[in-house]
Amino acid sequence: MQEKISQIWSILENITDPEIPVLTIVDMGIVRDVKIHNDDVEIIITPTYSGCPAMSVIATSIKMELHSFGWKNVSVTQIYSPAWTTDWMTESGRKKLKDYGIAPPVIEKRIQHLMFEKPPEVPCPRCDSVNTELISEFGSTPCKALMRCKDCLEPFDYFKCHR
Amino acid sequence: MNLYHYIVRLADNSHILGHRLAEWCGHGPFLEQDMAMTNIALDLIGQARSLYNLAAEVQNEGKTEDDIAFLRYEYEYQNFLLVEQPNGDFANTIVRQYFFSAYQLPYYKTLYENLQNKNDHHLTELRGILEKAIKEINYHLRWSGEWMIRLGNGTEESHQRMVNAVQNLYKYTGELFIADETDDTSLQSGFGVLLPEVKKDFDKSLFYIMERSGLTIPENETMQTGGKQGVHSEYLGYILAEMQYMQRAYPNSKW
Repeated sequence: MQEKISQIWSILENITDPEIPVLTIVDMGIVRDVKIHNDDVEIIITPTYSGCPAMSVIATSIKMELHSFGWKNVSVTQIYSPAWTTDWMTESGRKKLKDYGIAPPVIEKRIQHLMFEKPPEVPCPRCDSVNTELISEFGSTPCKALMRCKDCLEPFDYFKCHR
Repeated sequence: MNLYHYIVRLADNSHILGHRLAEWCGHGPFLEQDMAMTNIALDLIGQARSLYNLAAEVQNEGKTEDDIAFLRYEYEYQNFLLVEQPNGDFANTIVRQYFFSAYQLPYYKTLYENLQNKNDHHLTELRGILEKAIKEINYHLRWSGEWMIRLGNGTEESHQRMVNAVQNLYKYTGELFIADETDDTSLQSGFGVLLPEVKKDFDKSLFYIMERSGLTIPENETMQTGGKQGVHSEYLGYILAEMQYMQRAYPNSKW
């Protein structure tokens, strides 16, 4: 049984996030559990954001991938609690993000209800300078913010700290 | 049946405001803020979907989230009048968002606390949805709050537009804090939220922002009510006509 479960985990480790294709769903911390009842497999996933449009694509990818390895009855269950946090992102995931040009999440110390608090110091994924500024809290996907490096002058995506 | 109505009301507010914000897609004052508004729309519509799904489960009549969203009439929608108000200019959209988020955050946080250790499958599910939503609302509140300050203290033009927007929208905030049967029954069931407590937090946030943005809260305003009872302004009908067109014209069509 344990062997089968680790086999499924290694299959899941090859499924990438449709919006950030360098990250796998395991790197992201989206897969919470794998359960086997007889020949049925149940994969428990949790969404990154409530409206993340990638979730249904991810559920389909999981089913298709496991089907191709001979698992016929696969169900994907979405749970909300405990809520996803960027703390679940793996070390290798953070490194892959940076290599791809997206700054990985930095622990936020901002007090949520105060306005114009100093945003976190996010190192530029290209030149590592911390002389960066926030352009917009909202970027190309719900999980990212848009920033700019004031040294190398490149704009870049920042994977927001979510906890 | 009350839990169904309770959840649907939470969902309706997120759903209608999400729809309004989505109308900005491609029309924002500049690209970054166009994206911010559609991102918030996505969060809100995501919350609505999770909540409608749960409501369908509670109702247990074999319906889906789509049935609840697309096959109810205007009078069955329980959203506040505030969220169905037209976008107007950017200032109007910001003020509407700030009023709503400054209500939604303390409301959701209190509900989340009150749902702790409830030995009921549906209530536990609801708590999970809130846990996720609260993280997102923090961003909405900060984004709209910073724009309140920026525009309130901006140019003469931006300041005047903010004054007009506050004047236009403040009258719709009254009903957010008036309890009705659904609110009362949820309190009797042991998880409801005391609206006067939420009102205290709302006023505190508003005072903080108004003080910093050079704006004032209108005095002696006559509050408009009705949304929670399904008596809406004329705007909701137009929203639903557009949103529900496909399901009405082609019943049972699927994606």
